[in-house]
Amino acid sequence: MAEREQRFLEYVQEGGQVETDDWMPDEYRARLIKFIEMHGNSELMGVLPEREWILRAPTLQRKLALTAKVQDEVGHAQLIYRVVEDLGKPREQCLDDLISGKSKFHNVFHYPTKTWGDVGVIAWLVDAAAIISQKALLKCSYAPYARIMKKICWEESFHILHGRDVVLAMMLGTDEQRELVQEAVTRWWGPLMQFHGNPIAAEDDPMFVWRIKSQGNEEARQQFLDGYVPQILELGLELPDPNLRKDEETGVWEYTEPDWAELRHVVTGHGPKSQERLEFRRLARRETEWVRETVLAEAA
Amino acid sequence: MDVYEVFRQERKGQAFQHAGSFRAPDQRFAEMYAREFYGRRGESVALWIVPRDAIQPIEEFVDELNRNYHRVDGYSLKEKLREARARVSS
Repeated sequence: MAEREQRFLEYVQEGGQVETDDWMPDEYRARLIKFIEMHGNSELMGVLPEREWILRAPTLQRKLALTAKVQDEVGHAQLIYRVVEDLGKPREQCLDDLISGKSKFHNVFHYPTKTWGDVGVIAWLVDAAAIISQKALLKCSYAPYARIMKKICWEESFHILHGRDVVLAMMLGTDEQRELVQEAVTRWWGPLMQFHGNPIAAEDDPMFVWRIKSQGNEEARQQFLDGYVPQILELGLELPDPNLRKDEETGVWEYTEPDWAELRHVVTGHGPKSQERLEFRRLARRETEWVRETVLAEAA
Repeated sequence: MDVYEVFRQERKGQAFQHAGSFRAPDQRFAEMYAREFYGRRGESVALWIVPRDAIQPIEEFVDELNRNYHRVDGYSLKEKLREARARVSS
Protein backbone atom coordinates (compact mmCIF):
# COMPACT_ATOMS: atom_id res chain seq x y z
CA MET A 1 0.00 0.00 0.00
CA ALA A 2 1.37 3.36 -0.99
CA GLU A 3 2.42 5.60 1.87
CA ARG A 4 -0.21 8.20 1.10
CA GLU A 5 -2.92 5.56 1.14
CA GLN A 6 -1.60 4.19 4.42
CA ARG A 7 -1.74 7.66 5.99
CA PHE A 8 -5.30 8.08 4.71
CA LEU A 9 -6.30 4.74 6.23
CA GLU A 10 -4.82 5.69 9.60
CA TYR A 11 -6.56 9.05 9.40
CA VAL A 12 -10.03 7.55 8.91
CA GLN A 13 -9.39 4.81 11.47
CA GLU A 14 -8.66 7.49 14.05
CA GLY A 15 -12.06 9.03 13.34
CA GLY A 16 -10.95 11.50 10.67
CA GLN A 17 -13.55 12.61 8.11
CA VAL A 18 -13.17 13.28 4.41
CA GLU A 19 -14.83 15.92 2.23
CA THR A 20 -15.70 15.76 -1.48
CA ASP A 21 -12.65 17.61 -2.77
CA ASP A 22 -10.13 15.90 -0.49
CA TRP A 23 -7.71 13.38 -1.92
CA MET A 24 -8.84 9.79 -1.41
CA PRO A 25 -7.54 6.39 -2.52
CA ASP A 26 -9.23 4.93 -5.62
CA GLU A 27 -10.36 1.89 -3.68
CA TYR A 28 -12.05 4.09 -1.05
CA ARG A 29 -13.86 6.10 -3.72
CA ALA A 30 -14.97 2.96 -5.57
CA ARG A 31 -16.30 1.36 -2.38
CA LEU A 32 -18.12 4.53 -1.40
CA ILE A 33 -19.79 4.80 -4.79
CA LYS A 34 -20.89 1.16 -4.82
CA PHE A 35 -22.21 1.24 -1.27
CA ILE A 36 -23.95 4.62 -1.42
CA GLU A 37 -25.41 3.86 -4.85
CA MET A 38 -26.93 0.65 -3.50
CA HIS A 39 -28.40 2.64 -0.63
CA GLY A 40 -29.94 5.09 -3.12
CA ASN A 41 -31.27 2.22 -5.23
CA SER A 42 -32.83 0.68 -2.13
CA GLU A 43 -34.62 3.90 -1.18
CA LEU A 44 -36.00 4.19 -4.69
CA MET A 45 -37.00 0.52 -5.06
CA GLY A 46 -38.17 0.40 -1.43
CA VAL A 47 -41.20 2.56 -2.18
CA LEU A 48 -42.61 0.08 -4.67
CA PRO A 49 -43.82 -2.55 -2.16
CA GLU A 50 -45.62 0.22 -0.27
CA ARG A 51 -46.87 2.09 -3.30
CA GLU A 52 -49.03 -0.92 -4.15
CA TRP A 53 -51.04 -0.23 -1.00
CA ILE A 54 -51.62 3.51 -1.28
CA LEU A 55 -54.91 3.00 -3.11
CA ARG A 56 -55.92 0.16 -0.79
CA ALA A 57 -55.06 1.81 2.54
CA PRO A 58 -57.88 1.22 5.06
CA THR A 59 -58.42 4.88 6.06
CA LEU A 60 -57.68 8.33 4.68
CA GLN A 61 -55.23 8.94 7.54
CA ARG A 62 -53.29 5.78 6.65
CA LYS A 63 -53.33 6.70 2.97
CA LEU A 64 -51.84 10.12 3.73
CA ALA A 65 -49.20 8.68 6.06
CA LEU A 66 -48.19 6.05 3.52
CA THR A 67 -47.99 8.63 0.76
CA ALA A 68 -45.80 10.83 2.97
CA LYS A 69 -43.52 7.88 3.70
CA VAL A 70 -43.19 7.08 0.00
CA GLN A 71 -42.38 10.73 -0.67
CA ASP A 72 -39.73 10.65 2.08
CA GLU A 73 -38.02 7.58 0.65
CA VAL A 74 -37.89 9.03 -2.85
CA GLY A 75 -36.46 12.21 -1.31
CA HIS A 76 -33.79 10.10 0.39
CA ALA A 77 -32.90 8.55 -2.95
CA GLN A 78 -32.47 12.05 -4.41
CA LEU A 79 -30.14 13.12 -1.60
CA ILE A 80 -28.15 9.92 -1.74
CA TYR A 81 -27.67 9.89 -5.51
CA ARG A 82 -26.44 13.49 -5.17
CA VAL A 83 -23.66 12.26 -2.90
CA VAL A 84 -22.78 9.58 -5.46
CA GLU A 85 -22.70 12.23 -8.20
CA ASP A 86 -20.16 14.29 -6.29
CA LEU A 87 -18.00 11.18 -6.04
CA GLY A 88 -18.01 10.92 -9.82
CA LYS A 89 -20.96 8.81 -10.95
CA PRO A 90 -23.87 10.77 -12.49
CA ARG A 91 -27.41 10.02 -11.34
CA GLU A 92 -28.53 9.09 -14.85
CA GLN A 93 -25.88 6.42 -14.91
CA CYS A 94 -26.96 5.13 -11.50
CA LEU A 95 -30.52 4.83 -12.80
CA ASP A 96 -29.34 3.12 -16.01
CA ASP A 97 -27.38 0.58 -13.98
CA LEU A 98 -30.32 0.01 -11.64
CA ILE A 99 -32.87 -0.74 -14.34
CA SER A 100 -30.46 -2.84 -16.39
CA GLY A 101 -29.86 -4.99 -13.31
CA LYS A 102 -26.17 -4.10 -13.14
CA SER A 103 -26.36 -2.60 -9.64
CA LYS A 104 -28.19 -4.02 -6.65
CA PHE A 105 -30.79 -3.04 -4.07
CA HIS A 106 -31.59 -4.44 -0.62
CA ASN A 107 -33.03 -7.96 -0.33
CA VAL A 108 -36.19 -6.89 1.51
CA PHE A 109 -37.47 -4.93 -1.49
CA HIS A 110 -37.59 -7.99 -3.75
CA TYR A 111 -40.55 -9.53 -1.91
CA PRO A 112 -44.31 -9.09 -2.38
CA THR A 113 -46.54 -7.03 -0.10
CA LYS A 114 -49.37 -9.50 0.23
CA THR A 115 -51.63 -7.86 2.81
CA TRP A 116 -52.03 -4.69 4.86
CA GLY A 117 -50.26 -6.68 7.59
CA ASP A 118 -47.14 -6.67 5.41
CA VAL A 119 -47.37 -2.88 5.09
CA GLY A 120 -47.29 -2.54 8.90
CA VAL A 121 -44.48 -5.05 9.32
CA ILE A 122 -42.40 -3.40 6.57
CA ALA A 123 -42.79 0.09 8.04
CA TRP A 124 -42.08 -1.15 11.54
CA LEU A 125 -39.49 -3.91 11.28
CA VAL A 126 -37.84 -3.40 7.89
CA ASP A 127 -37.43 0.28 8.69
CA ALA A 128 -36.15 -0.62 12.16
CA ALA A 129 -33.51 -2.90 10.64
CA ALA A 130 -32.63 -0.16 8.15
CA ILE A 131 -32.35 2.57 10.77
CA ILE A 132 -29.82 0.47 12.68
CA SER A 133 -27.60 0.33 9.58
CA GLN A 134 -28.21 4.00 8.87
CA LYS A 135 -27.42 5.17 12.39
CA ALA A 136 -24.06 3.44 12.02
CA LEU A 137 -23.48 5.71 9.02
CA LEU A 138 -23.85 8.92 11.05
CA LYS A 139 -20.17 8.43 11.87
CA CYS A 140 -19.18 7.57 8.29
CA SER A 141 -15.68 8.69 7.36
CA TYR A 142 -17.13 10.34 4.26
CA ALA A 143 -18.64 13.47 5.81
CA PRO A 144 -21.17 14.51 3.11
CA TYR A 145 -22.83 11.09 3.44
CA ALA A 146 -22.81 11.29 7.24
CA ARG A 147 -24.48 14.71 7.10
CA ILE A 148 -27.44 13.69 4.94
CA MET A 149 -27.85 10.58 7.08
CA LYS A 150 -28.86 12.88 9.92
CA LYS A 151 -31.94 14.00 8.04
CA ILE A 152 -32.68 10.50 6.78
CA CYS A 153 -32.57 8.91 10.25
CA TRP A 154 -34.83 11.63 11.58
CA GLU A 155 -37.48 10.84 8.98
CA GLU A 156 -37.11 7.07 9.41
CA SER A 157 -38.07 7.35 13.06
CA PHE A 158 -41.46 8.65 11.97
CA HIS A 159 -41.80 5.65 9.65
CA ILE A 160 -41.16 3.20 12.46
CA LEU A 161 -43.80 4.87 14.62
CA HIS A 162 -46.25 4.78 11.75
CA GLY A 163 -45.55 1.07 11.22
CA ARG A 164 -45.85 0.25 14.88
CA ASP A 165 -49.14 2.13 15.03
CA VAL A 166 -50.48 0.14 12.05
CA VAL A 167 -49.46 -3.12 13.73
CA LEU A 168 -50.92 -2.11 17.11
CA ALA A 169 -54.24 -1.13 15.54
CA MET A 170 -54.45 -4.56 13.94
CA MET A 171 -53.39 -6.40 17.08
CA LEU A 172 -56.20 -4.61 18.95
CA GLY A 173 -58.69 -5.56 16.22
CA THR A 174 -60.24 -8.89 15.26
CA ASP A 175 -58.67 -12.37 15.24
CA GLU A 176 -58.55 -12.12 11.49
CA GLN A 177 -56.49 -8.91 11.70
CA ARG A 178 -54.11 -10.46 14.25
CA GLU A 179 -53.74 -13.39 11.89
CA LEU A 180 -52.69 -11.04 9.07
CA VAL A 181 -49.94 -9.52 11.24
CA GLN A 182 -48.71 -12.95 12.38
CA GLU A 183 -48.55 -14.19 8.79
CA ALA A 184 -46.62 -11.11 7.74
CA VAL A 185 -44.13 -11.44 10.62
CA THR A 186 -43.60 -15.10 9.68
CA ARG A 187 -43.08 -14.17 6.01
CA TRP A 188 -40.64 -11.35 6.77
CA TRP A 189 -38.55 -12.98 9.47
CA GLY A 190 -36.21 -14.78 7.05
CA PRO A 191 -35.45 -11.70 4.93
CA LEU A 192 -35.09 -9.59 8.11
CA MET A 193 -32.50 -11.97 9.53
CA GLN A 194 -30.58 -11.82 6.24
CA PHE A 195 -30.86 -8.03 6.01
CA HIS A 196 -27.62 -7.07 7.80
CA GLY A 197 -25.55 -9.52 5.78
CA ASN A 198 -23.22 -12.37 6.59
CA PRO A 199 -21.51 -12.28 9.99
CA ILE A 200 -18.09 -11.30 8.63
CA ALA A 201 -15.87 -9.95 11.44
CA ALA A 202 -15.75 -6.14 11.41
CA GLU A 203 -11.93 -6.14 11.05
CA ASP A 204 -12.24 -8.24 7.87
CA ASP A 205 -15.01 -6.12 6.39
CA PRO A 206 -13.50 -3.52 4.03
CA MET A 207 -16.47 -1.25 4.70
CA PHE A 208 -15.50 -1.15 8.36
CA VAL A 209 -11.77 -1.00 7.67
CA TRP A 210 -12.30 2.23 5.71
CA ARG A 211 -14.75 3.38 8.39
CA ILE A 212 -17.52 3.78 5.87
CA LYS A 213 -19.59 1.74 8.30
CA SER A 214 -18.93 2.08 12.01
CA GLN A 215 -20.06 -1.40 13.02
CA GLY A 216 -19.96 -4.95 11.74
CA ASN A 217 -22.88 -6.88 10.27
CA GLU A 218 -23.41 -9.18 13.25
CA GLU A 219 -23.29 -6.26 15.66
CA ALA A 220 -26.14 -4.64 13.70
CA ARG A 221 -28.20 -7.85 13.71
CA GLN A 222 -27.68 -8.29 17.46
CA GLN A 223 -28.82 -4.73 18.01
CA PHE A 224 -31.93 -5.39 15.93
CA LEU A 225 -32.77 -8.57 17.86
CA ASP A 226 -32.14 -6.88 21.19
CA GLY A 227 -34.36 -3.95 20.37
CA TYR A 228 -37.20 -5.60 18.52
CA VAL A 229 -37.69 -9.24 19.57
CA PRO A 230 -39.12 -8.14 22.96
CA GLN A 231 -41.41 -5.64 21.19
CA ILE A 232 -42.69 -8.35 18.86
CA LEU A 233 -43.23 -10.95 21.57
CA GLU A 234 -45.01 -8.60 23.97
CA LEU A 235 -47.82 -8.23 21.42
CA GLY A 236 -48.45 -11.98 21.51
CA LEU A 237 -46.82 -12.52 18.13
CA GLU A 238 -44.62 -15.53 17.48
CA LEU A 239 -41.32 -15.75 15.63
CA PRO A 240 -40.75 -18.69 13.28
CA ASP A 241 -37.31 -19.63 14.66
CA PRO A 242 -37.29 -22.36 17.35
CA ASN A 243 -33.61 -21.65 18.06
CA LEU A 244 -34.04 -17.96 18.76
CA ARG A 245 -32.98 -17.14 22.32
CA LYS A 246 -30.81 -14.71 24.18
CA ASP A 247 -27.92 -16.20 26.11
CA GLU A 248 -28.45 -14.43 29.42
CA GLU A 249 -24.81 -14.82 30.43
CA THR A 250 -23.18 -13.44 27.32
CA GLY A 251 -26.09 -11.25 26.23
CA VAL A 252 -25.73 -12.64 22.72
CA TRP A 253 -28.71 -13.73 20.62
CA GLU A 254 -28.63 -17.21 19.16
CA TYR A 255 -30.63 -18.07 16.08
CA THR A 256 -30.91 -20.46 13.16
CA GLU A 257 -28.34 -19.65 10.47
CA PRO A 258 -30.07 -17.31 7.99
CA ASP A 259 -30.39 -18.59 4.45
CA TRP A 260 -27.42 -16.88 2.77
CA ALA A 261 -28.05 -18.66 -0.52
CA GLU A 262 -31.50 -17.09 -0.64
CA LEU A 263 -29.98 -13.68 0.08
CA ARG A 264 -27.52 -13.98 -2.82
CA HIS A 265 -30.20 -15.34 -5.11
CA VAL A 266 -32.62 -12.53 -4.30
CA VAL A 267 -30.24 -9.56 -4.51
CA THR A 268 -28.93 -10.71 -7.87
CA GLY A 269 -32.39 -10.13 -9.31
CA HIS A 270 -34.03 -13.51 -8.71
CA GLY A 271 -36.45 -12.54 -5.94
CA PRO A 272 -40.19 -13.10 -6.36
CA LYS A 273 -40.76 -9.46 -7.32
CA SER A 274 -37.31 -8.37 -8.61
CA GLN A 275 -38.09 -8.32 -12.32
CA GLU A 276 -41.61 -6.95 -12.02
CA ARG A 277 -40.39 -4.00 -9.94
CA LEU A 278 -37.46 -3.29 -12.22
CA GLU A 279 -39.85 -3.32 -15.15
CA PHE A 280 -42.03 -0.82 -13.31
CA ARG A 281 -38.98 1.44 -12.86
CA ARG A 282 -38.19 1.18 -16.57
CA LEU A 283 -41.74 2.13 -17.42
CA ALA A 284 -41.73 5.05 -14.97
CA ARG A 285 -38.45 6.30 -16.42
CA ARG A 286 -39.82 6.20 -19.96
CA GLU A 287 -43.09 7.83 -19.00
CA THR A 288 -41.44 10.74 -17.18
CA GLU A 289 -38.81 11.41 -19.81
CA TRP A 290 -40.86 14.25 -21.32
CA VAL A 291 -41.00 15.97 -17.92
CA ARG A 292 -37.20 16.00 -17.64
CA GLU A 293 -36.87 17.23 -21.19
CA THR A 294 -39.45 19.98 -20.75
CA VAL A 295 -37.98 21.24 -17.49
CA LEU A 296 -34.45 21.30 -18.84
CA ALA A 297 -35.52 22.98 -22.08
CA GLU A 298 -37.46 25.66 -20.24
CA ALA A 299 -34.61 26.35 -17.85
CA ALA A 300 -32.01 26.53 -20.60
CA MET B 1 -28.07 21.66 -14.19
CA ASP B 2 -26.30 23.54 -11.41
CA VAL B 3 -25.46 22.19 -7.99
CA TYR B 4 -26.84 24.14 -5.03
CA GLU B 5 -25.58 23.75 -1.48
CA VAL B 6 -28.13 23.96 1.33
CA PHE B 7 -27.53 25.40 4.77
CA ARG B 8 -30.30 25.07 7.31
CA GLN B 9 -31.10 26.70 10.61
CA GLU B 10 -32.94 24.48 13.03
CA ARG B 11 -34.01 27.13 15.53
CA LYS B 12 -33.91 30.92 15.60
CA GLY B 13 -30.56 32.15 16.82
CA GLN B 14 -28.67 28.98 15.94
CA ALA B 15 -25.87 28.80 13.41
CA PHE B 16 -26.71 27.70 9.88
CA GLN B 17 -25.32 24.25 9.18
CA HIS B 18 -24.52 22.58 5.91
CA ALA B 19 -27.24 20.02 5.22
CA GLY B 20 -26.59 18.70 1.71
CA SER B 21 -26.92 19.63 -1.92
CA PHE B 22 -29.14 19.11 -4.95
CA ARG B 23 -29.12 19.86 -8.65
CA ALA B 24 -31.68 22.21 -10.12
CA PRO B 25 -32.21 23.61 -13.60
CA ASP B 26 -32.76 27.15 -12.30
CA GLN B 27 -33.36 29.31 -9.23
CA ARG B 28 -37.11 28.69 -9.24
CA PHE B 29 -36.68 24.93 -9.07
CA ALA B 30 -33.89 25.36 -6.55
CA GLU B 31 -36.28 27.09 -4.14
CA MET B 32 -38.91 24.40 -4.63
CA TYR B 33 -36.46 21.53 -4.11
CA ALA B 34 -34.96 23.18 -1.04
CA ARG B 35 -38.41 23.51 0.52
CA GLU B 36 -39.28 19.88 -0.32
CA PHE B 37 -35.99 18.33 0.80
CA TYR B 38 -35.20 20.38 3.88
CA GLY B 39 -38.28 22.21 5.10
CA ARG B 40 -41.53 20.38 4.64
CA ARG B 41 -41.77 18.93 8.16
CA GLY B 42 -40.95 22.17 9.93
CA GLU B 43 -37.44 20.85 10.63
CA SER B 44 -35.88 24.17 9.61
CA VAL B 45 -36.80 27.76 10.41
CA ALA B 46 -34.64 29.12 7.59
CA LEU B 47 -32.64 27.85 4.64
CA TRP B 48 -29.79 29.36 2.63
CA ILE B 49 -29.41 27.98 -0.85
CA VAL B 50 -26.19 28.85 -2.58
CA PRO B 51 -24.98 27.92 -6.06
CA ARG B 52 -21.90 25.79 -5.46
CA ASP B 53 -19.91 27.93 -7.88
CA ALA B 54 -20.48 30.95 -5.64
CA ILE B 55 -18.69 29.34 -2.73
CA GLN B 56 -15.03 30.17 -2.42
CA PRO B 57 -13.30 27.64 -0.22
CA ILE B 58 -10.23 28.54 1.82
CA GLU B 59 -8.53 25.55 3.32
CA GLU B 60 -4.94 26.46 4.03
CA PHE B 61 -3.96 28.51 7.02
CA VAL B 62 -0.21 28.87 7.13
CA ASP B 63 1.34 30.26 10.26
CA GLU B 64 4.78 31.05 8.88
CA LEU B 65 5.93 33.08 11.85
CA ASN B 66 4.54 30.66 14.42
CA ARG B 67 2.64 33.47 16.07
CA ASN B 68 1.64 31.66 19.23
CA TYR B 69 1.53 34.92 21.23
CA HIS B 70 -2.07 35.45 20.10
CA ARG B 71 -3.25 32.00 21.11
CA VAL B 72 -3.68 30.32 24.47
CA ASP B 73 -1.10 27.67 23.61
CA GLY B 74 1.51 30.46 23.59
CA TYR B 75 1.31 30.82 27.35
CA SER B 76 2.46 28.01 29.57
CA LEU B 77 2.28 29.30 33.12
CA LYS B 78 2.61 26.12 35.14
CA GLU B 79 6.39 26.16 35.57
CA LYS B 80 6.54 29.91 36.17
CA LEU B 81 3.76 29.74 38.76
CA ARG B 82 5.55 26.98 40.61
CA GLU B 83 8.71 29.07 40.73
CA ALA B 84 6.85 32.18 41.79
CA ARG B 85 5.11 30.34 44.63
CA ALA B 86 8.40 28.76 45.74
CA ARG B 87 10.02 32.23 45.84
CA VAL B 88 7.28 33.62 48.09
CA SER B 89 7.24 30.70 50.50
CA SER B 90 11.03 30.57 50.95
